[in-house]
Amino acid sequence: MSRSTSRKMTSNDADADSPSVEPSRARAIVAGHGTFPEGMVSAIQQITGFGNVFVPMSNSGLSGEDIEARLRTRADDLNVKVFFTDLPAGSATMAVRRMMRDRAGIVLVTGANLAALLEFLFCEDEHPDDAARLAVEKGRTAMSVEGGD
Amino acid sequence: MSVELYRIDDRLIHGQVVVGWGQPLNIRLIVLVDDDVARSGWEQDLYRMGVPPEMELRFADVATAVRDHASYTADPRHCIVLTANVATMRALLSQIKPAKGVNIGGIHHRPGRSSRLRYVFLTPDEETELRELTASGVKVTAQDVPSARAVPLEEILRDTPKREESG
Repeated sequence: MSRSTSRKMTSNDADADSPSVEPSRARAIVAGHGTFPEGMVSAIQQITGFGNVFVPMSNSGLSGEDIEARLRTRADDLNVKVFFTDLPAGSATMAVRRMMRDRAGIVLVTGANLAALLEFLFCEDEHPDDAARLAVEKGRTAMSVEGGD
Repeated sequence: MSVELYRIDDRLIHGQVVVGWGQPLNIRLIVLVDDDVARSGWEQDLYRMGVPPEMELRFADVATAVRDHASYTADPRHCIVLTANVATMRALLSQIKPAKGVNIGGIHHRPGRSSRLRYVFLTPDEETELRELTASGVKVTAQDVPSARAVPLEEILRDTPKREESG
């Protein structure tokens, strides 16, 4: 599997022994129910410090039209075309599918989990389509059942 | 009667319907009643993507739903009849044997609507239509998910709403 962990480590003149990283930018929107989006982004921030690669958007309290309008605005503002959502039947998912009808290049990943998002994060050098597919692979394999009778 | 729920929900097919109600009620048939969606293959394709393979999704305009309603109730599968708005549900129920109840699942904010519950915003006309439904013998409650309390219409409309300026 071709995989690029592209977080670029650099040296800082002021403190050559202290590694630093290039600032990240938003590359995807995480949308879904309740505080799922915020929770995912919070977990990514805790694990990697790069929570800002993802922008959370909850569908709570919004009509389908409002969800779609907010997603469109957010995507335009951030120049982002990749969306991770929680449920295939969720209203955020439906809103992104509507966007896909009139926008080229939108990439939608449904059923997102933390492992998938982390994989996407570290595939920065991949084309967004490829990064999303790698993320889905990782997300699937991260799920397992252990123990039981 | 296999129609488990007559639901008004402006998001139509989404997580609360497919999973939140669909799983505990073992729903295998959803009839989406909407004149616009019934005319649009584009919209129907979109909603079909939102339901699992074990669940059939049918589309009907109001006239078709009235004509076919007996087949929904005769179907052995558990069924939800779904509309996006109050007017469509009222138009349907006014032409069939009264449903035992109507579930308001989500009517969200837009100009001219007032907040009644976290997930219920109504215009004065919608309030009137819901009152008329109740007067016709239909029990109207708001309940977004099965674990929530079903809030009776009289309680929803009890307080004077805070009207927002439209525009």
